[in-house]
Amino acid sequence: MADRKIDDATGVETTGHEWDGIRELDNPLPRWWLWIWYACIAFSIGYWVLMPAWPGLNGYTKGLLNKSDRAEVGQELKALEAHRGEGAAMLRTASLEQIEKDPKLQAYAQQVGQSVFGDNCATCHGIGGTGSKGYANLRDDVWLWGGKLEDIQYTITHGIRSGAEGARVSQMPAYGRDEMLQPKQIDDLTEYVVNLSRRPADAGAVARAAPLFEAQCSACHGPQGQGNQQLGAPNLTDADWLFGSDRASIRGQIYAGNGGVMPAWSGRLSPETIKALSVYIHSNAGGQ
Amino acid sequence: MPTLIDNTAPKPDTRSAVSAAERAKGKGDAKGGLYKPRQPIYPKLVHGKWRMVKWALLIATLSVYYITPWIRWGRPEGFPQQAALVDFTGRRFYFFDIQLWPQEVYVFTGVLIAAALALFLTTALFGRLWCGYACPQTVWTDLYIVVERLFEGDRNARMRLDAAPLSFDKIWRKTGKHLTWLGIAFGTGGAWIFYFHDAPTLIRTFWIGQAPATAYVSCALLTATTYIFAGWMREQVCTYMCPWPRIQGAMLDQHSLQVTYLRERGEPRGAHKKGQSWEGRGDCIDCRQCVVVCPMGIDIRDGSQLECINCGLCVDACDDILGKLGRPTGLIAYDTDAAVAARSCGQKAVYKPVRSRTVYYAVALALVGGLTLWSLITRPKADLHVIRDRNPTFVRMHDGAVRDGYTLKITNRTFAERRFDVTFDGVSGARLSQPGQTAQRVTLIVPADQVVSARVFVTAPADADLAGSVPARFIAKSGDIITESKTVFLSGAANPQ
Ligand code: SF4
Ligand code: SF4
Repeated sequence: MADRKIDDATGVETTGHEWDGIRELDNPLPRWWLWIWYACIAFSIGYWVLMPAWPGLNGYTKGLLNKSDRAEVGQELKALEAHRGEGAAMLRTASLEQIEKDPKLQAYAQQVGQSVFGDNCATCHGIGGTGSKGYANLRDDVWLWGGKLEDIQYTITHGIRSGAEGARVSQMPAYGRDEMLQPKQIDDLTEYVVNLSRRPADAGAVARAAPLFEAQCSACHGPQGQGNQQLGAPNLTDADWLFGSDRASIRGQIYAGNGGVMPAWSGRLSPETIKALSVYIHSNAGGQ
Repeated sequence: MPTLIDNTAPKPDTRSAVSAAERAKGKGDAKGGLYKPRQPIYPKLVHGKWRMVKWALLIATLSVYYITPWIRWGRPEGFPQQAALVDFTGRRFYFFDIQLWPQEVYVFTGVLIAAALALFLTTALFGRLWCGYACPQTVWTDLYIVVERLFEGDRNARMRLDAAPLSFDKIWRKTGKHLTWLGIAFGTGGAWIFYFHDAPTLIRTFWIGQAPATAYVSCALLTATTYIFAGWMREQVCTYMCPWPRIQGAMLDQHSLQVTYLRERGEPRGAHKKGQSWEGRGDCIDCRQCVVVCPMGIDIRDGSQLECINCGLCVDACDDILGKLGRPTGLIAYDTDAAVAARSCGQKAVYKPVRSRTVYYAVALALVGGLTLWSLITRPKADLHVIRDRNPTFVRMHDGAVRDGYTLKITNRTFAERRFDVTFDGVSGARLSQPGQTAQRVTLIVPADQVVSARVFVTAPADADLAGSVPARFIAKSGDIITESKTVFLSGAANPQ
């Protein structure tokens, strides 16, 4: 269908195609286009020789430059470690208070702490650190074992009921399961505890349970039920309940005396990482 | 409506810019060949008013380009003293009193859109004026031709030299030209990198090999492109590589001023002897001066063509000839197709700069330009951004109080360190605090030209009567600078417990 004609206006031959009355001129390409094409071919040959290029049966051609992305990643990781070494050194030497007071160091510790928390702590305490039933909320101002920087650092290092040396251990007796109290007494105590947190409760039961609380519970939870951070005994008068605030939960806790386990992180996390984590948790909880 | 190209008129000779010998050489390739060797063009030096304008613009634009990085500008200690600086490492752009952050890149977008619209408007009014006078490709090519002329002489001498066999004279002229070209190219590439680094420092470190690798690479790249584009490729860049000539058709219409050969006046052309009558013939004496001066190697007498950059050099050349002949000038002139058509029908030609197209462009240009300028002028000196905690959205305290966490980011665009007093507005009785700090008020110290981010807590007392979500705002104040940001205070439920 090539209907090649000489175009009147330019004297150039047309390609023979026609679109809506428009005919395309068949101008030759400029020669430098050809040169650029040759240059590209030459470049690609050089590239085959210098860089890893051809796949083979057992491996690929390595190229004269010996370039390897994997090796480069390794190098970059090393560089990253060296780069982080600086921050780690600062965290090692500074005290917890110093870290928290120095805005730069604090920001750095926050960053480290956040990623470490996400990797290690979030499984139990949640990404936001708000915990759930049986897992402490690390965002509020309630601390079973104390919320000062050092307390937090100690808890992370040694854990709770972890079996590690120095681990924090609190022992709530299983009054029901171990048949230390009668079911009726446990019912009364439940009402007493509900009353402690200033919620409506059965007055008769509260009165009956008062001597019982005095005898069984006040040693750890205090005569007013305010708890004791030394012993990890929770405050029973506030709005915070680790194992639930409803009557059934409270009764279950008196009956079975649950206690969670938190692993000791020393040995798994470096001391400076634990410091950063402590600062992160402390500041996120508003500090104490 | 007149057609843009008059196909009925006789086309005596196409591509007349190329000599017969050159054409013969290129012909074998052009006929049937897929690739065409470049047909050399030897533009002749011309004098005249458009050439003067081009000289002036050449000097002006090149001066701006080479001198700008060397202008110093007083900024406080610790800030760059260079008036125009793209500081990639510091992530700032400095231009005299303007200083832009990366997030203000929309200003560049505005400037670029305004520039495009200005280009559309110019093209609609005056054709490819940008191409002919201000495009870097044109300007540097012009400069390179000056150098070429210096070493090899004007058109005829250059053609003779190219045809001549190799001799000592030819070698030194060619070498001198290329070395000078390379020198200019290097200076061009060198000037480019000064925009990205403190110029006096860079010029020192550059020579002792201490400058960043990007400086050497950019310099080499710009040197190569300048040398190749302005020295070797010239009009081929405009004809084959640049997309602009292909797009411009959309901006041009029959009222756009373009360099036009006034066929009615010029034809029939032919040699003219002194004293001969001008009766019954055109004004064109076929002296081909308009052709030999054309840097694009075309014959404007063939009508408007894609290659023509509207530079007006052929106008100057023809006016010169006509002046010598004692004929009125303007046989080749900036004219519109509409005017040409009107005159050929015996009507009066009117120039119509105000048309719907130019009005659209002008209005859009004014809008974009005004908006950009306005956003630049009213840019706040400081910014407050609030990011509220999402996980958890709120925390209930042991006494029933509700606490929300926020991250504040304060941007200080001034050249001085500032203390910002932060207040929270929205929940009565709410307390503002910072983790790890005992102070009751939140004061953030933001260094000059920096962003500082800080975590803050807002605690609403247990007895606060809160809806689940309360609109609130943070206010940061430092002297007369006040910036605020809206947010919400979340407490989960209308009535806790
Ligand atoms: S034809 Fe005239 S205006 Fe067009 S590029 Fe050539 S010299 Fe310049
Ligand atoms: S310069 Fe003027 S007179 Fe000479 S050929 Fe060109 S149009 Fe004709």
